[in-house]
Amino acid sequence: MDISAFVLFWAAIFTGNILLTYFLGMCSYLSISKEIESAFGLGVAVIFVLIVTSALNWLVYYYILVPFHIVYLQYIVFIIVIAAFVQFLELIIERYTPALYYSLGIFLPLITVNCAILGVGLFMIIRQYNFIQTVAFAAGSGIGWLMAILMLAGIRRKLKEKMVPVGLRGAGISLIITGIMALGFIGFSGIVQIQ
Amino acid sequence: MTKKDIFINATFKDNSIWRQILGICSALAVTNLMLNSLIMGLGVTFTLIMANMTISLIRNWTPRSVRMMVQVLIIAAYVIIVDIFLKANMPLISKQLGPYVGLIITNCILMGRAEAFASKNKVFDSFVDGVGSGLGYTIVLLGISFVRELFGFGSIFGFKVLGSWWTNWSIMVMAPSAFFLLAMLIWGVNTYYYKVKA
Repeated sequence: MDISAFVLFWAAIFTGNILLTYFLGMCSYLSISKEIESAFGLGVAVIFVLIVTSALNWLVYYYILVPFHIVYLQYIVFIIVIAAFVQFLELIIERYTPALYYSLGIFLPLITVNCAILGVGLFMIIRQYNFIQTVAFAAGSGIGWLMAILMLAGIRRKLKEKMVPVGLRGAGISLIITGIMALGFIGFSGIVQIQ
Repeated sequence: MTKKDIFINATFKDNSIWRQILGICSALAVTNLMLNSLIMGLGVTFTLIMANMTISLIRNWTPRSVRMMVQVLIIAAYVIIVDIFLKANMPLISKQLGPYVGLIITNCILMGRAEAFASKNKVFDSFVDGVGSGLGYTIVLLGISFVRELFGFGSIFGFKVLGSWWTNWSIMVMAPSAFFLLAMLIWGVNTYYYKVKA
């Protein structure tokens, strides 16, 4: 793959948005989007964890798994790296910045099972990105995810006082809004293509 | 609860997708072709059954503080089996499913059932719950992919059913239609099955 990292970064935000095109991270996206503040906190945490764990996973994959021919263990190794890093981060934040811990801490356990994190790790292997491309792709994906959840949270706040059909309240209407956002994002797809 | 109740609960009443809104990622991503959905559904069902049984088997020896990690590792081990099986026997489908097979690990259904059911119940009950949850998931996937493949490609399981007069709706192959169809399914189920009132 010889796409420049810069192009990958923008492509991951707009043309191949991790949530609107690849449907990753839907569970926390639907459940934490009731308030803008918590959506923002979760989004920032996702960006940070995504960049660091993707970089770590890349190093682990190409410097440990491939030389030792244990590539088939990648799922277990990746999920351990993610879980260990999130746990470590939680300890550090709790120890040194309690204020940040109270606003962000509750989201950290959720991130381990956020499919966007593992998904980016698997995409980078399948598409054979190099290290710089991986970091750019992870950063773009994280920002794209933050953008999507912020948009949904904003729209849902406006929707609170509106009359929505009873059966559609909650997840149903959120999915329809997301579908409309995804339709809008198809408009970007002409700018750049990553497979 | 009898075995039948557990099964009905897991498949319909507490269906992971339309009731608990879990495991949406793969339900949306692989549903543009029915065959992929079926394989994905079988993969998830296998992982659910095996992981549920294993977690239930060791539930009395698992310390509470590390149980999440143990559950994730058990699930990951079975997902590796599914992945290797698909790569060896159905390389084409394995390629199309791409990262979504590996993502079964973070599929919330697996962790949800492990935490809510298998870590508290007997092995055989957990087996029944695994079969039911897997079936409920597969049904939804097949339902959505039926509509998407029929309108998007004019075919069912790869067989052309709509003649040459049919113009494919390219929107059905793309991402937005998956969101709309799942939303409509949840709406319909809420209205006609659970009969929710304001």
